[in-house]
Amino acid sequence: MKSIIQTSVAILVVCALLFYGVSALEKSSATSGGGSITIYNWGEYIDPELITQFEEETNINVVYETFDSNEAMMTKIEQGGTSYDVAMPSEYAIEKMKENDLLIPIDQEKIPNLKNIDPYFLDLPFDPGNEYSIPYFWGTVGIAFNPTLLEGQTFESWDDLWDPSLEQEVIIVDGAREVIGMGLNSLGYSLNSRDASELREATDKLKTLGPNIKAVIGDEIVEMMRREEAAVALTWSGQAADMMFVNENIDFSVPEEGSNLWFDNMVIPKTSSNVDGAHAFINFMLDAEAAAQNTEYVGYSTPNQAAVALMDPEVTGDERFYPPEELRERLEVYENLGLEMLGIYNELFLEFKMDMEN
Amino acid sequence: MKNNSRPLYMVPYYLWIVLFVIAPIVLIGYYSFLDLDGKFTLDNYQNYFSSVYLRLTLSSFWYAFLITFFSILIAYPTAYWLTKTKHKQLWLLLIIIPSWINLLLKTYAYIGIFGLYGPANKFLSMIGIGEQQILFTDFSFIFVSVYIFIPFMILPIFNSLDKLNPALIDASRDLGASSWMTFRKVVFPLAINGVKSGVQAVFIPALSLFVITRLIAGNKVITLGTAIEQQFLVTQNWGMGSTIAVFLILFMFIIMMATGQKDKGGAEHGKVK
Repeated sequence: MKSIIQTSVAILVVCALLFYGVSALEKSSATSGGGSITIYNWGEYIDPELITQFEEETNINVVYETFDSNEAMMTKIEQGGTSYDVAMPSEYAIEKMKENDLLIPIDQEKIPNLKNIDPYFLDLPFDPGNEYSIPYFWGTVGIAFNPTLLEGQTFESWDDLWDPSLEQEVIIVDGAREVIGMGLNSLGYSLNSRDASELREATDKLKTLGPNIKAVIGDEIVEMMRREEAAVALTWSGQAADMMFVNENIDFSVPEEGSNLWFDNMVIPKTSSNVDGAHAFINFMLDAEAAAQNTEYVGYSTPNQAAVALMDPEVTGDERFYPPEELRERLEVYENLGLEMLGIYNELFLEFKMDMEN
Repeated sequence: MKNNSRPLYMVPYYLWIVLFVIAPIVLIGYYSFLDLDGKFTLDNYQNYFSSVYLRLTLSSFWYAFLITFFSILIAYPTAYWLTKTKHKQLWLLLIIIPSWINLLLKTYAYIGIFGLYGPANKFLSMIGIGEQQILFTDFSFIFVSVYIFIPFMILPIFNSLDKLNPALIDASRDLGASSWMTFRKVVFPLAINGVKSGVQAVFIPALSLFVITRLIAGNKVITLGTAIEQQFLVTQNWGMGSTIAVFLILFMFIIMMATGQKDKGGAEHGKVK
């Protein structure tokens, strides 16, 4: 009995010491300047050096967390208990967050660097007047492929993925909207289709892709393609740029039937506890030099024309990643389909995945 | 005196059970009757039986069965051999240690090992079989799952085999039984509780694996766990997610009943992930 008490006391003392240590550490970092902000971003989506630079310039301490889908991000913000000050959702998610009253309006006077943004990316239908969001990156969905592992196949059309010679070679991204959208596009339908028979047709067509599919995964695609484990991947343009950065053999193409054009914008969620700090961070990220550095690191396309001017013209003139406006016309932006439709997309995607093996 | 103080000791236990076991199950049951707008509905249950989820359940069961089967196949002889060794505790520790390493870490390691240019394929081409697609197949999924679960199967089987009175085996042999017959009529029935605990510790979590299905099987194997995760995080249809969870809980109860043991002679449970 005595030893139990002794052990319990020892554990309690250790706990108290650890607790004290943690709170002391937090205090010392918080009192060093303008408080702290929490950034909630996609994985691999910022140059970490810029965070350090921002901390040094403003004395604001940055806590950085990542998510891997718009839906997961929204669920977490909606549930509360978090204090995210800046998040980077995609356009349809911003529309939905606005609807659900999850965002704080942005005071554009506190963001003088907004002038650096190409007007094409401002005042878009999902957020008229940029009341709640500021452009961060944009891009497309397409096919990354490695010609050295292929026998001369090219990917001008989505149907090229169905080529029998690609057995077990294609990796596709684990996203219901991307994959079902690709099926719809390949049939010439809109990737925002709500038509049950179109969706059925797309799913049935996707099922015939089964033998060619090697895997349905997320961020691991980049590593797989870099190491030449797979020859072809359905993925976002920036992930393709990431692959090409390490493996120069890889090429990227956006099929002519059309595809998805997306925008990721910076927003300030309702949960923010440091709105001024959030504005300072957004303004910092729009700075021409910071944006150029960030774009070079991340590999997606920047909407920041001042940054484009600073960057290598070979990169910014690459039509695979900076498609000219007439090309962009063929691309579609995701609409917020509503939860019920999203559920249907997901069940069809599940059905497609279930069918792959057999 | 003793009897009077007992209820007081039970308070933390009952609190725990009510707050963290009963309340969540009741909540899941409640949510399973709600649709997207939070209105009462039976649609979720109807949907479960009419769509892809039923097939999903069957395939989950099939893979969980395979994983359990291969775990027993490897764990039983291993546990038996362990009871015969000199340094039991050391060997046991070596088997337990890998289970302390983070699941994700172990899974990622296998992506490298089973990759097209990984050691597994190097070995295959060295012995003349040639490179194979190992990652993203049923084989790699079962292999990695068995690897992850095997300690939870070995431990209970080892414990029940270890408790076996050796005199019983001697007696059986003295009475003329062959070693196979001794195993079948004496060792196996007496240690069956260990196997049952092992099955509980492996089969039930195997039903709802979802990290390995994505990273090792490339989502070509889908379990109930994947579907629940999708419903909560992507579709935000908590009702449907809860409905699938209700069925998962139901299956767990059935398995617990089927492998339940009347006396406590069996082994301690392995830790369930």
